[in-house]
Amino acid sequence: MKMKKMMNAAVASRYFAFFITVFLFLVLYGVGMMNFRGFTRPQVFFNLFIDNATLIIVTVGITFTLLIGGIDLSVGAVVALACMILAYLLEYTAVPVAAAVLLVLAFGIAFGALQGYIITKFDMQPFIITLAGMFFCRGMTAVISRDTISITNPFYVSIASARISVFGLGFVSIGAVMALLVLLIAAIVLGFTRFGRTIYAIGGSESSAALMGLPVFRTKVLVYTINGFCAALGGVAYSWIMLSGYTLHALGMEMDAIASSVIGGTLLTGGVAFLPGTLFGVLIQGVILTFITFQGTLSAWWTKIVIGALLCVFIVMQAIITERKSKLSSKSSLENRL
Amino acid sequence: MNWKRITSSSLFLPLLALFALLLFNVIFVDGFLSIQMTEDGRLYGRLIDILNRSSSLIVLSLGMTFVIATSGIDISVGAVVAISAAVVCTLIGGRGDGVAEHPMALAILAAVAIGVLCGIWNGFLVARLKIQAVVATLILMTAGRGIAQLLTAGQIITVYYKPFSYISGTIPGNVLPTNIFIAAAMVLLVGFIMKKTSIGLFVQAVGINATASKYAGISVSLVLFVVYAFSGFCAGVSGLIESSLIRAADANNAGLNMEMDAILAVALGGTLLSGGKFYIGGSVIGAITIQTLTTTMYALGIASDQLPVIKAIAVVVLCLIQSKKCQALVASWKENRHGGSAGKTVEKA
Amino acid sequence: MEQVLLEMRQIDKLFPGVRALSKVDFTLRAGEIHSLMGENGAGKSTLVKVLTGVYPRDGGTIRLNGHEIAPRTPKEAQEYGISTVYQEVNLCANLSVAENIYIGREPKKHGFIDWKTMNERAVTLLKRLHITIDVTKTLDHYSVAIQQMIAIARAVDVSARILILDEPTSSLDEQETQRLFAIVRELKAQGMGIIFISHFLEQVYALCDRVTVLRNGELIGSYEVAHLSRLELIAKMIGKNLSAVQEMDQTEEKSQPSADVFLAAKDIGCTGSLVDVDLAIHKSEVVGLAGLLGSGRTETAELLFGIHSITKGEIDINGKKLNISDPMTAMRKKIAFCPEDRKVSGIIGDLSVRDNIILAMQAKDGMLKHIPYARQAEIADEFIRLLQIKVSDREQLVKNLSGGNQQKVIIARWLATQPELLILDEPTRGIDVGTKSEIQKMAVQLAKQRGMAVVFISSEMDEMTRTCTKLVVMKDRRKVAELMDDEVNSENVMKAIAGGEKE
Repeated sequence: MKMKKMMNAAVASRYFAFFITVFLFLVLYGVGMMNFRGFTRPQVFFNLFIDNATLIIVTVGITFTLLIGGIDLSVGAVVALACMILAYLLEYTAVPVAAAVLLVLAFGIAFGALQGYIITKFDMQPFIITLAGMFFCRGMTAVISRDTISITNPFYVSIASARISVFGLGFVSIGAVMALLVLLIAAIVLGFTRFGRTIYAIGGSESSAALMGLPVFRTKVLVYTINGFCAALGGVAYSWIMLSGYTLHALGMEMDAIASSVIGGTLLTGGVAFLPGTLFGVLIQGVILTFITFQGTLSAWWTKIVIGALLCVFIVMQAIITERKSKLSSKSSLENRL
Repeated sequence: MNWKRITSSSLFLPLLALFALLLFNVIFVDGFLSIQMTEDGRLYGRLIDILNRSSSLIVLSLGMTFVIATSGIDISVGAVVAISAAVVCTLIGGRGDGVAEHPMALAILAAVAIGVLCGIWNGFLVARLKIQAVVATLILMTAGRGIAQLLTAGQIITVYYKPFSYISGTIPGNVLPTNIFIAAAMVLLVGFIMKKTSIGLFVQAVGINATASKYAGISVSLVLFVVYAFSGFCAGVSGLIESSLIRAADANNAGLNMEMDAILAVALGGTLLSGGKFYIGGSVIGAITIQTLTTTMYALGIASDQLPVIKAIAVVVLCLIQSKKCQALVASWKENRHGGSAGKTVEKA
Repeated sequence: MEQVLLEMRQIDKLFPGVRALSKVDFTLRAGEIHSLMGENGAGKSTLVKVLTGVYPRDGGTIRLNGHEIAPRTPKEAQEYGISTVYQEVNLCANLSVAENIYIGREPKKHGFIDWKTMNERAVTLLKRLHITIDVTKTLDHYSVAIQQMIAIARAVDVSARILILDEPTSSLDEQETQRLFAIVRELKAQGMGIIFISHFLEQVYALCDRVTVLRNGELIGSYEVAHLSRLELIAKMIGKNLSAVQEMDQTEEKSQPSADVFLAAKDIGCTGSLVDVDLAIHKSEVVGLAGLLGSGRTETAELLFGIHSITKGEIDINGKKLNISDPMTAMRKKIAFCPEDRKVSGIIGDLSVRDNIILAMQAKDGMLKHIPYARQAEIADEFIRLLQIKVSDREQLVKNLSGGNQQKVIIARWLATQPELLILDEPTRGIDVGTKSEIQKMAVQLAKQRGMAVVFISSEMDEMTRTCTKLVVMKDRRKVAELMDDEVNSENVMKAIAGGEKE
């Protein structure tokens, strides 16, 4: 009885999904340490951040859209296009590195704003517009170049390969630092600004938010704009890892990002997300990938299947929690009466 | 007088687009209309080629039409095509001596069955667990390619067994490629189902007003379930055709971008993406139109991976044209331009 | 006397084809709780929406503290000090209690939200309303009653002059309602003007000082609650429809019920919506479910048709116990149900009249059978003729028909299934008088000529007394009386609803 009550309290807690995610991460990491000696090296942990810098940034962006009950399927393609634009500008033009990066970021902002405007102004389903956005960006990547363009700009390569030591235990890349910075800023925006709370309110109930006098239209367009910016920034981080532009870069990353976000506790119906949770969502995927690499015989496509399965499990779990919660609230109202 | 009836017909827009494309081809592509016969009695020519290539898209858009009519979406069809292709090719096997490891009939049956299974899975998520259609089918969209790779062990399996190529090729003695017949048979099958069952009516009812449908005694979740299962079935058949075309299973590229083409075909065919009334004939013409567009673009030297740019723009434009909000905006804009002053006086009074 | 806070004079509101409000006056004083009453479509919510700027008015003036105002949006109304709390809580369930109160107006420190101050303020504010809860928990942790009070707290804090409560108690139980009332009285004591809209008579008598009654968009009058008996109030709300009275002579004789019971409901109930209802429906009988809106009329009908499942009691059909778990089970037992909300749960707007008529028949036949087109056309034409549905042809889209004809199409849909029990929930709402009397006559004829059992639900008393031989009177989700034959008249119904109070 007491056990059950505690369970209910845990399920009802706002951080329930977060705890599960952290727990899952620790278990996975623990299993890895037991099976592979390499896992015990601190650098393996830091590599999770180096390898997944892009995914962290993109996940932060997509979490904004999921929070308002929307979705953005175009992020993976935007990452690819961003890499391609960078590679093209750096290799075939005289545009300086800083300008190239700024140009790419400006493109991400403009593209996100356009998608957001079309979705909000014309009341379109976000998935269809962003699905079109995904195909558009993939196609544009191929329009710029169908072949891989390697980035050889010495300054750019030096940024990409720069390593920052962490207490002498290991090192991280600039991309990883940038990813954590984005995560931090986003968490502050979501938690401590009026804009951030309005995003939550819209996700909770768009009509209520409007009745409470909150700026719904502006906020929604801004959310897609932020997402576009994050995707482009993710693209910059991705180019530091790949040092190339290629049409098939970041294929299916939208799914990885959505999965990370959901595993981290984001509700696909909107209104609920916890950014530290989404970080662990990314790290869980990273651990699985590391697993598969260490294992050696398992093939890469297992990642996709496992992530799909994980996403599925978490979505079903969300459905159950939501049901449980509604039962709980009717119960609590009963208790209030007595 | 009759002109208005023609332009308001649901088939007008897709037919117009198709004719415009065909006209363009007739003018700019030499021998576009010519159809010749080879020595072994097969017909060949660009038109036949377009039909041959569009048959898998026709099949796919049949299933997609129903899904969209219920105001849902199935973005997993491309991945299901890859799975189906992987199954059929793995079962027949890539033996160099051209011998099938399993009977082809069995392989075909298994491929279609796995498509249905995928559809049932989607249907379960959407109808039973009430997960949004995009998300439910997104799972299979990405995981599906992984599954396909798992089946083919990451290899591209090339099938040398001769009869396998007949699915999308010509059976000796026939005049036209088999897949054209398959697509035609599927269209006829759907037509038959529309005529002899009430599924079409129920699908529309659910897409227009699910609550009222429930009050009229329709089992909404059953309708959704059947619709997604059928979409899976179509993707399974489409996978057969696709794999036979290249006589191989390529988990990465089979059915790539086909979900977009199918959605575009349905939208072009006049079915609203918000659900409700659907037009099978429109979707078929839409599919042929898109294949013609693809072929034309290839002829113009645009590569297959660049093509999505044009298709993406087409989808957005079609969506905007269909959107009620956009129509209302255009209407009020027109009113402001023509009768703006009249409207204002009314407001003041 | 307290000072006048709000004065609405000669308010007009037109909708295409309908005069929703005509020359309505309304006066609200500071420190009073004023009830706005009237049946569905009387114009209460239209009046409130004009006041809060949801609809622009077509005539009349609104004065607040003597100054003329013209709010154009709910936000502007709020700035004038007019806030509304709706029946469905318009807050965000995923945000904390404190946030729901302060979102959009959060206290800030160094440009960032000061959560500590916000939570403290929320606690203080709620304490004033005698609510002590954890304000950092999300809203969905609390019952609807608490949520309702939080909504009031927000409204009061945003602007504290006029508070409109639009059916705030419809999903609350007795104790929760009492708690809410205590808060409302508190606010009254602080000098706020409160407009209270409710269908529950007892609550109006328990809480309100004055009541303004509307009927068909017209003002009937404003009264001191203490000097108005329940019976008088109900009579003013329901009134006598003159045109209907004139048509009385043309009405057919009532149908005589047979001795066979078609459906017997024994002590049926459903948690949260209905308590212990007993009901026997005979063949050839027209049974009326009377009562004010929200009394449990529709809920009873929905249980009989399997939209919701009963959680208590049993339903027998032709003497056999049956578990009606979904509409199809009910339909197989030849039960038909025309729902209350035509647009949402009735018509399939983008389908043709023919499709709409054969839909239930087709659903009964199942997915795999198909009624041939020729037969569909035949059925559709038959009912178009029989019910005199005005259509250009049977392929016309049903959304393009008038309300009355849409209603006929839905009735046709169910008659096509040849039911033995036909439930009509508000079949005459929002349709013209001519069609109204046609539908009434039809209900009687079906019972007489085809031996059909009919359940008739309506807010218009005359309609019911003219067609029904038995009236089941509902109040607060319970059955309070059953009137037979000669007892069937509006006076008895009003008495039953008013309860205990005899004249």
